[in-house]
Amino acid sequence: MTVIGWLQIALVLAAVLAAAVPLSTYIVRVYGGEKTLLSPVIAPLERGLYRLSGVDPLHEQNWLTYAYAMIMFSVVGFLSLYALQRTQAYLPLNPQHFDGVSPGLAFNTSVSFLTNTNWQNYSGETTMSHLTQMLGLTVHNFMSAATGLAVAFALVRGFARSGASTLGNFWVDMTRITLYILLPFSIILALVFIALGMPQTLAGSVETTTLEGVKQALSIGPVASQEAIKELGTNGGGFFNANSAHPFENPNAWTNMLEIWAMLLVPVASVLAFGRAVGDIKQGRSILIVMSILLISGVGVIYWAESNGIPALTSLGVDQMQGNMEGKEVRFGQAMSALFTAATTGTSTGAVNAMFDSLTPLAGLVPMFNLLAGCIWPGGVGSGLYGFLVVAIIAVFIAGLMVGRTPEYLGKRIETREMKLVMLAILIYPAIVLGFSGASVLLKTALDSLNNAGPHGLSEILYAYASTTANNGSAFAGLNGNTPWFNSTLGIAMVLGRFAYIVPVLALAGSLAGKKRAAASSGTFPTTGPLFVGLLLGVVIILYLLQYFPALALGPIAEHFMMLNGRSF
Amino acid sequence: MSSQSNTQSLFDSRILGQAAIDALKKLDPRALAKNPVIFVTEVVSVVVTVFFFQELVTHQGSPLFTGQIAGWLWFTVLFANFAEAVAEGRGKAQADSLRKTRSDTSAKRYANPRDLDGQCSSINALDLKVGDVVLIEAGDIVPGDGEIVAGLAMVNESAITGESAPVLREAGGDRSAVTGGTTVISDFIKVRITAAPGSTFIDRMIALVEGAERQKTPNELALSILLSGLTIIFLIVCVTLWPLASYSGTALSITMLIALLVCLIPTTIGGLLSAIGIAGMDRLIRFNVIATSGRAVEAAGDVDTLLLDKTGTITFGNRMADEFIAISGISEQDMAEAAQTASTSDETPEGRSIVALATSRYAVPSPASAAKGTVVPFTAQTRMSGVDLPSRSLRKGAVEAVLKYCGLARASAPVEFNQVVERIARSGGTPLALAQNGMLLGVIHLKDIVKPDIRLRFAELRAMGIKTVMVTGDNALTAASIASEAGVDDFIAEATPEDKLAYIRNEQQGGRLIAMCGDGTNDAPALAQADVGVAMQTGTQAAREAGNMVDLDSDPTKLIEIVGIGKQLLMTRGALTTFSIANDVAKYFAIIPALFVAAYPQLGALNIMHLTSDKSAILSAVIFNALIIMALIPLALKGVAYRPVGAGALLRRNLTIYGLGGIIVPFIGIKIVDLIITTLHLA
Repeated sequence: MTVIGWLQIALVLAAVLAAAVPLSTYIVRVYGGEKTLLSPVIAPLERGLYRLSGVDPLHEQNWLTYAYAMIMFSVVGFLSLYALQRTQAYLPLNPQHFDGVSPGLAFNTSVSFLTNTNWQNYSGETTMSHLTQMLGLTVHNFMSAATGLAVAFALVRGFARSGASTLGNFWVDMTRITLYILLPFSIILALVFIALGMPQTLAGSVETTTLEGVKQALSIGPVASQEAIKELGTNGGGFFNANSAHPFENPNAWTNMLEIWAMLLVPVASVLAFGRAVGDIKQGRSILIVMSILLISGVGVIYWAESNGIPALTSLGVDQMQGNMEGKEVRFGQAMSALFTAATTGTSTGAVNAMFDSLTPLAGLVPMFNLLAGCIWPGGVGSGLYGFLVVAIIAVFIAGLMVGRTPEYLGKRIETREMKLVMLAILIYPAIVLGFSGASVLLKTALDSLNNAGPHGLSEILYAYASTTANNGSAFAGLNGNTPWFNSTLGIAMVLGRFAYIVPVLALAGSLAGKKRAAASSGTFPTTGPLFVGLLLGVVIILYLLQYFPALALGPIAEHFMMLNGRSF
Repeated sequence: MSSQSNTQSLFDSRILGQAAIDALKKLDPRALAKNPVIFVTEVVSVVVTVFFFQELVTHQGSPLFTGQIAGWLWFTVLFANFAEAVAEGRGKAQADSLRKTRSDTSAKRYANPRDLDGQCSSINALDLKVGDVVLIEAGDIVPGDGEIVAGLAMVNESAITGESAPVLREAGGDRSAVTGGTTVISDFIKVRITAAPGSTFIDRMIALVEGAERQKTPNELALSILLSGLTIIFLIVCVTLWPLASYSGTALSITMLIALLVCLIPTTIGGLLSAIGIAGMDRLIRFNVIATSGRAVEAAGDVDTLLLDKTGTITFGNRMADEFIAISGISEQDMAEAAQTASTSDETPEGRSIVALATSRYAVPSPASAAKGTVVPFTAQTRMSGVDLPSRSLRKGAVEAVLKYCGLARASAPVEFNQVVERIARSGGTPLALAQNGMLLGVIHLKDIVKPDIRLRFAELRAMGIKTVMVTGDNALTAASIASEAGVDDFIAEATPEDKLAYIRNEQQGGRLIAMCGDGTNDAPALAQADVGVAMQTGTQAAREAGNMVDLDSDPTKLIEIVGIGKQLLMTRGALTTFSIANDVAKYFAIIPALFVAAYPQLGALNIMHLTSDKSAILSAVIFNALIIMALIPLALKGVAYRPVGAGALLRRNLTIYGLGGIIVPFIGIKIVDLIITTLHLA
C-alpha cells in the first residue's frame, strides 16, 4: 500500500461526493415532478411521450397498480429482448454475421439485462450483433436502471407521505428518470469517453499487424455509448468479454477513474436525495456514512491483502514488490483495482477491471460479502437505496424497542405488516443463494463446470449465485456458467433476486404511505448521528455474517488459512 | 414504580413448584405451536432423542454426546415454558384472591324493573340479566355491576381496590356506579344491572390477571414475525450446510446440525417473549391499574402527550394559605397570630391551612383552646367567618365583605392594601381580608399549591419527549400562572369536555399519542378518543367503559407511572431481542471450527476460545444457550431498569449493556461451561 494509492482512492471518492451533492437536489426535483434545468428542452418531449402513450401524468397509482405496471413493463421488455437475440441473424447491423443466440443463452441474457444484473455467459464481441447490443442490451441498461430508481422513488414517497393511498405513477417515474437523469448524463459521459480514446463506430472490426507481423482482426463497435450507461446505470455488462480490463472498454487510468466515479455517482446521490425528500438531510447523510464505512473498509482489505502478495510465491523467490499482480492490469495498479473491485460489487455494477478469480482469499472475501449482502453499499441505481432502507428498518425495529416505544422510522410505526414484508424480502437472498449452492455441489453436472477444486471451487459457486441474486453480474470467472443447469438456475436467481424483492418493497411502500407520520420528540428513536451509524453498522454486519458465516468459512476463510500454510488454488 | 400495594416476592416457592409442573404440561405441541421458535426447538429435540435411542441400541456413534445434546435441548424448551408458567403463576395467585370475593350471592330482584316500589324476590345472582333492577341493603354484597337508580349508600370496595375506607355511592352524578363483589355497609340502594354475570368487572379482572384472554399485542406480533423470519433463515443456513460441508469432505451428523440450529435461532427472546408480556401486565395490576388489553399497555409506552387534570394531580386541589401580608403599622407576627385565632374553629381546608402556616412559618404557638369565644360561621350572605372573643372580635373573608364590615369603601381602603389584593388576584390566588375589631390587619394569600415534586417530574417527562398539558376549569390568567409554576408545556383553561376532545383530536392529527384520565360521564368521549384513557374506579360506569384502563386507587397522578410501565415493557423486549441476536456471534466461533476442523484443520484458528474438543465446544454452546434463558427469567419478569431520560441516552445505555454485553457474555459463558464439562469428562 502506498500513500499515493490512498490519495488516488480519496480523490475519486471526493469527486463522487462533489458531484453527488448537486445531483441529489436535481434528483429530488425529478422525483417531485418539478421543473429542472433541462425542462425547456425535455419537457415538450416528455409531454409528447405521455400524449403518444395515453398516460395521464397527474393520475397516481397505489402500490399494487404500480407493481403491476412495473411487472408488465418487464415482461414485455424480456420478450422483445429474447426475440431480438434469437432473430439477430436476419436483422441489420450485423457486420460480423453472427447467428441467432441459442435459446438457453438468450433466456439467461434477457433476464440478466432486464434485472440490471448483466451476468454474461457469452463473449459480446463474438456473439451479439451491433443491433442487439444497441437496441437490446443498451436500451435495457437504461430501462433496468430506471426501474430500480422508480421503485426507490415509490419507497421514499412511502416515507415522505402521510396517510396517502398512492405512490406516484410508474410510467411518469420511468419517463422522467430516463429523460432527465440517465440519457443526458450518459450522452455527456459517452462523449468524454470518446475523447479519452474509446471506440464508437458501427464497423465490426479493424485489421492490424501485430509485432510478430501477423494480421489480426480486432473487434470494435459502439463501445463508448454502452460503456457510459454500463457504469452510470450500475449495469456492468461489457461490450467485450474482458469487460473493463479490455483496452477498448477502459483505455487508460483516466477512463478507469471516470468509470468508478460514474458507477458510484447515482447511488450516492439518490441516498442524499432520500434525505432531502423526507425533509431531513441528515437522514440521508447517516445512511451514506454507514455505506461509506462499509465500502472503504472493503477497499482497504482488498488493497492490503493484494499488496501483501502470496507467501508461497515469496518463498519461491518471486518478487512481490507490486503485490499480487495476477489478473490485474499494470495501467491501473493495485489501488485503482482495489477501489474498482469494491465499488463494482458495492454497487450492483459487476463490471471488472481485474480478475476476481485471481484475488487472494481475503481480498476475494470482500466482493463476495458485498454481494451476499445484496450490493447495498451504496448499491445499484435505486436498488441500493431501497435495499439499505429494508435493512435499516430491521435495525430500527430491533434496537428501537430499547428506547421504550413502538419502533418508528422517519415517523412511521414499524408494525406487523411492515415486518412481514421486510422479512419476506430479506428471506429471498439466503433461500436462493444457499439453496442453489447447496443443490449445485450435490450435482455432478454442476461440479463439472468448476475450474478449481477445494474451497476455491465452492467460492466460485457461491459467488455465481450471490452475484446473480444481488443483480450484480460480476463473476469469479473460474466457473463455466453456459450450461443448462447454470443458465436456468442463475436465470431464476436473477428474476427472484430482483422481482421477489421489489414486490414486497412496493407493498411496504404502500403500507408506509398509508400511515400517519408521527411527530418527532426527544423520546423518539434517533435515526441520525454517530449512535445510529454505529448501530446500523453493527446490525448490517451481524445480520449478514450470521447468514453466511458457515458457507464463507468453508470457502474463502478456509482458503485464507490454507494460503497462510502455503497452499493455494 | 416505587409504590406497590401488595408486594409479592419474585420467586414464591409455591408459584415455582406449580410452574415446574405447568412447564411440563406446556410441552403439548398444540400449545407450543403458538411460539414458532420454541416449537422448532421441541421438534428437533424429538429428532435428537430418537437418534440417541438408536445409537444406544446399535452401539454406534457416541450416545453419551447425543444423549447430553438431547437432554439440553429438552431443557431449552422446558426453561422457556417455565418462564411463561412463572409469569402466569404470579397472575393466578392474584386471581384466586379475587375469586374468593365472588362467592355465590343472592339478589333481591324487582319483578318489574319499571316499578321500583313493587315486589322483589330473591334469586341467584348468576341468573341476573342486564336491565334487571335489584335492591341492595346494608350488609348485602352487590350482586353485579350496575348503575344506582335510586338511593345512596356507603360501599366497602376493598375487595377490588384494597382500600378499606368505605366510599359514598349515590344515584345521579359521577358516583353512581357500583361493582359486583363490593359490600353495602349502610343505607340501601336500587341498582340497574349493566353487565351480565360472567362479564362483570371482577370477572374481566380475573380473566386478565390469569392471562386467559391473553392475545398477542401488536408489537409482540411484529416481533414474533421477526423471530420467525430469523428462524427460517437459520433453518436454510443449517439445511444447506450439509451439502456444502459434504462437498468440503465433512459428513456432518444431523445432531451437530441441530445443535447449530438451536444455538442460532433466537431461543432466548423466543422463550421469554410471552413471559415479558404477562409480567408487564402484571406490573400494572400490582400498581392497582387494570388494563383492558395488552395493546393499551404498549400504547402507554408510546404516549407523546399527557392530559393531566390540575386538581389533585398538579396541585393539592384545595386553596391553601401561602403568605400573610400585613398593612403598615401591623407586624406580620401579630397578623399571623390573629389569622390563626380567627381560623382555629374553621374546619375547612382553607382554615386548617391558615393555622398550619401560622404555626410553621411564623412560629405562632398552637392555640391552647379554641372554644372560648363565639364562633361566627361562614354564610353565603356575609361571605366571612371569624370569632368573637371577650377581648376582641376577628373576621376574615372576601375582601369586599370585610371592607364593608370595617365600614370602608374599596376606594378609601389603604392604597397598599388594594395593591396587594390586586397582585394576588392577578397571580391566580384568592385574597382574604383579615380585620380585628373593625380595623384592617392585612391580607391572607390563598393559593392553589402546586405539589412540591411535580415540577421535577414534568422535567423528567420532557426529557423523555413527553409533553404535559394541564386541564383546568380556572380562567386563563389563573391557569397560566399555575402552568408556569408547575412547568407544564401547555394548558387548557376553562376546559369543557368538548375542549378536551378537540384538543385530543388535534394532537392526534399531528401524529401524537395521547393519554388522559377522567371519571365523569362527560369525560367518556375524550377517554374513548385518547390512545390511553385511564378511568377512575370511583368514576361512572360510562367512564369505565370508555377508557382502556381503570385505576383502582383513583389517583390521577399514576398516569405518569403508567407511561413508565409501558415503556419498560417495550424496552425489556428490545433489550432481550438484541441480547439474543448478539449472542449468536460467540456461538459461531464455538461451533463452526468444531464442525469443520476435520475437513480443514486450519480452521482451528477460529477457535479463539480454545475450547477443549469439538464435542465439548458444541455441547458448551448448547448448554449455555439453555442456561441463559433460565438466567434471564428474573430480568424478563422484573423488566429492565428504566430511567426517565431521552431516547438517545437510553439507547446508548441499553445498546452498551445488551448489545455489546450480548456479544461478550457468551464468549465467557461458553468458556466456563467448557471448562466444567472438561473437568467432569462429559465430552
